[in-house]
Amino acid sequence: MRAPGGGGRVPAAVLWNAVGWAGFLVLPWYGIGDGFWSFAWLDGYPADPDHAPAVWQVLGHGRAWLAPIAFLLAVPLTVIGRPRGDARRGTVLLASGLVGLAYLVAQGFAIGIGGFELAWLEQLLGPLGQRQYGMGYGALLTAAAFLFLFTEGLAARGAVKGDGFVVGGIGLVVALVVTFIVFPVSRILASAFQNDDYEYAPAQFVARITSHDIWGLGCLSENVACGIAWNSLGLGVMTGASTTALGLAFALLATRTAFPAKRLLRTMTVLPLITPPFVIGLALILLFGVSGSFTQFLEWAFDIPPTRYVYGPFGVWLAQTLAFTPIAFLVLIGVVEGVSPSMEEAAQTLRAGRWKTFTTVSLPLMRPGIANAFLLGFVESLADFGNPLVLGGEFDVLSTAVFFAIVGAQHDQGRAAVLAIVLLVFTLAAFLAQHLWLGNRSYATVTGKGDAGLPPPLPRGVSLAAHWTAIPWAVFTGIIYVMVLFGGFVEVWGLDHTMTVRHYVEAFAVRLGDGGLEWSGVAWPSFFTTLTISAVAAPLTAAVGLLTAWLLVRQRFAGRRAFEFGTMLSFAVPGTVIGVSYILAFNVPPLELTGTGVILVISFVFRNMPVGVRAGVAAMTQLDRSLDEASLTLRAGTLTTIRRVVLPLLRPAIVASLVFSFVRAMTAISAVVFLVSADYDMATSYIIGRVENGDYGLANAYCAVLIVVMVAAIGLVQLLVGQRELGRRQGRTEAGPAMAGGA
Amino acid sequence: MSARAASVRFEGVYKRYGPVTAVRDVSFTIEAGTLVTLLGPSGCGKTTTLRLIAGLEMASEGRIFIGDEEVTALPVTARDVSMVFQSYALFPHMTVLENVRYGLAVSRVPKAESLARAERGLEMVGLAGYGKRLPSELSGGQQQRVAVARALVLEPAVLLFDEPLSNLDAKLRRQVREDIRELQHSLGLTAVYVTHDQQEALAVSDRIIVMNQAVIAQDGSPRELYEQPADRFVADFIGDANLVEGRIERLDGETAVVDIGGTRRSLPHRGLEPGPTLVALRPESVRLRPVSGDDGLRGRVVKATYLGSHLEYTVESPLGDLFVVDPRVEAPIARGTDVAIELAAHGVTLVRDTA
Repeated sequence: MRAPGGGGRVPAAVLWNAVGWAGFLVLPWYGIGDGFWSFAWLDGYPADPDHAPAVWQVLGHGRAWLAPIAFLLAVPLTVIGRPRGDARRGTVLLASGLVGLAYLVAQGFAIGIGGFELAWLEQLLGPLGQRQYGMGYGALLTAAAFLFLFTEGLAARGAVKGDGFVVGGIGLVVALVVTFIVFPVSRILASAFQNDDYEYAPAQFVARITSHDIWGLGCLSENVACGIAWNSLGLGVMTGASTTALGLAFALLATRTAFPAKRLLRTMTVLPLITPPFVIGLALILLFGVSGSFTQFLEWAFDIPPTRYVYGPFGVWLAQTLAFTPIAFLVLIGVVEGVSPSMEEAAQTLRAGRWKTFTTVSLPLMRPGIANAFLLGFVESLADFGNPLVLGGEFDVLSTAVFFAIVGAQHDQGRAAVLAIVLLVFTLAAFLAQHLWLGNRSYATVTGKGDAGLPPPLPRGVSLAAHWTAIPWAVFTGIIYVMVLFGGFVEVWGLDHTMTVRHYVEAFAVRLGDGGLEWSGVAWPSFFTTLTISAVAAPLTAAVGLLTAWLLVRQRFAGRRAFEFGTMLSFAVPGTVIGVSYILAFNVPPLELTGTGVILVISFVFRNMPVGVRAGVAAMTQLDRSLDEASLTLRAGTLTTIRRVVLPLLRPAIVASLVFSFVRAMTAISAVVFLVSADYDMATSYIIGRVENGDYGLANAYCAVLIVVMVAAIGLVQLLVGQRELGRRQGRTEAGPAMAGGA
Repeated sequence: MSARAASVRFEGVYKRYGPVTAVRDVSFTIEAGTLVTLLGPSGCGKTTTLRLIAGLEMASEGRIFIGDEEVTALPVTARDVSMVFQSYALFPHMTVLENVRYGLAVSRVPKAESLARAERGLEMVGLAGYGKRLPSELSGGQQQRVAVARALVLEPAVLLFDEPLSNLDAKLRRQVREDIRELQHSLGLTAVYVTHDQQEALAVSDRIIVMNQAVIAQDGSPRELYEQPADRFVADFIGDANLVEGRIERLDGETAVVDIGGTRRSLPHRGLEPGPTLVALRPESVRLRPVSGDDGLRGRVVKATYLGSHLEYTVESPLGDLFVVDPRVEAPIARGTDVAIELAAHGVTLVRDTA
């Protein structure tokens, strides 16, 4: 029998202290200009001032402010040998970790490229001869070491049942969310209050945020454009209403009628997943643009001259309705199915007719779900960037205005920040409304008990209405997707309809050159970048998301609700806001990330993390908590428990979040357009660029290839994991408790 | 194995969840090699107490010892205990053998040894040869035994049972509880057992700790609890006592002369003073006789239920409604019959009225 706890393992505190020393003594302290994965720094190491470790920076290059870090790393050594339960050990670990982390961050912000960043420090200590750049491996390792020494200290003092892994996990997620969501978003706020010379200028902020072009109501009385904020709000409400209505029609059709093609309807729900957000806009141009098929037909048949009517609010609304209806459908299917048939049967036995039953029982029960779908459509519309960019014309919305304020001729960071704040306030308000008002108001009546009842048939009027809205819309959606796939095979849309593969060749040509295969197509660089970045981001997203989900479902700790709210918040922050905030936050030390692939990966991880969290939470609440506890009482550490018990049982959720984050990374555009660089261009931003130039053929070809790749990726993963095995595992998990309970 | 069995000691332990106190000032010692039951109604804090021993909950206040080692701040993995869960918590994705071997495998016991020990564990619970099956392919009773084997093979200093029989049908329960007691005896284990079923507790325990509303109501042997309940709650919870009003007329050495509905009895005074008191009458200690001339206490049968092995009566009397168990099934008393009530020599005890 071994000692309890597995014995012989290095205590975590010792390990993290060693990591901290490695970061301080061995690895280059500052960021390497050649890129995160470049090992060019080995040349001239450790003397080179750019690549030297911290200890060398202190002794050889006069960066004395790094010296206290060594002291703070040394403090834990005095107590590290004591037994785990020792109170003094916990306190010292906690204090040194906290102070170390705080000092590391403070010095990073205080001393930048131009010496002291803060005026009062310069006055106090005099100008600094030295400067420093963004943090590199060394600094990051040391920061991580301080963080985990701190959490080890907390755990040793009994936090969360003394489980070091859990406290560390919470610390890690909090640190990541603070660094990559809270810090950048707060940077926007700071930026909004600055004038062009980076001075504090509240008056300018007030002038900007009350600006006429944001809030103007001229369109009501005169023939001028309304403020951007009203544009966004109006569009959001319209899109929310139309997607909800259509989604409800589809949901009723799919669950409450004898509609023959129900399975086909359900496949519609994967469409928004695999469709880059601007593709719909692109297809609408091919149909309704000046040289679009439908426009030309009207001209030929009725002599209606072609106009640019599709460019503007109507076109954007149409595109968004097409794009987001499947999302509403997905939400409302669950809602409609959640209404217990026995309630409706009860109403009928109480003499309510079909119509009465529908209006007095079914519909009120669905109301929270309908409100939820509306808010979702509203937020999606506000955050949408691709469709307004492609179809907006003169019609500006907040998300595009933010973009043009940064990249356009104006290059006005302050204005971009203010617009981003307005957008953020709108989406946060919707998110809060959903969270607070709808959070506890689900009437869904799905229980573990079998519900033997059958839903009554819909009233005739409702059924007809559902058919008549849903079927034409489904056909329309079908046409749109055919256009996308077909558009790439035509020479010049609207002018020359000769069939050609020219666009595919231009984009994806492969030649046999001197050095083997040459990827000579113009799309290859962005295509490979996209695949690589998405493939790197997906497992990270799933890992962070599932870790968070596990902490939320399985652990009880102080501040759990705030923790949950914080991790879900990134859902509510629109991509354009994230894009701007990352530019503002990560262009200067202490974290210099702009222009790298890393910043793209990070933005994807934190944009898509809530998806992993939701998948994980849903799956984990189905797993009996005592499975984890049984493993723990059998001496398996928390990490072993996760690896051997939780993860194998969560395989379906893991696969789902992997696929989802991969696909979402491939189709994302809103944050991406701010963060791409010459070295790291992404497929979506490349396509947008082509659309802006009117090169629809190549854009279409590229979109079609993306969609095919994503469908293939989803199919491949399903094949690898095995649908059959998934089914059996689920069957097994269900069978266990059922047998236990039935015995 | 018995050499590894250790005692468990609680010293003034509290467990609070925000404003709610689940366990309040609990102190006890569980001797090594004994089986002690934590008994009480749901929500009394017994399961929390068990989880505090395991380290699945951390005490808000007080100290916990296993053997001589203080474990108050130790996480669950560092405590030498293992637990059998109410739901068994068998890992559905592992075979029976993998389940049983799990604790050994994660403790890095060499594979050959851990396999042998796991097989032996399965043998011990009578499931040799079932190793390759999945938990879902076993019956409830078999799953339960796998859970016991899984906890046993680690040879823990303390073995914890959280309502292990509550998912079994009545017939199987008796069998399994005897098996558990047998194993605990033959291996000399320290076992802590949580249940809300007083019969189960009486049957398996060396000692019972009765809990009520987060505190210990009484701590003693099954016989002590049954025959000398500390208060109204314990008397009522264990063995359905009839609690009736009585009056201590005077004390006489160790005994008190008590007036129960006009009849006089001498009972151990248990530290009570003269005056009104509560008397616990066990249902089997109330005897019903045909009415004769000079009966002290009379009543009328208002309900009679035939249960095969015995009869249950409800009798209206000056003491209130009495619940009576009578083994004489051959001579049932019809509803509405007037009866004389006698109290047997045992099963009548004074109880401090606390509630």
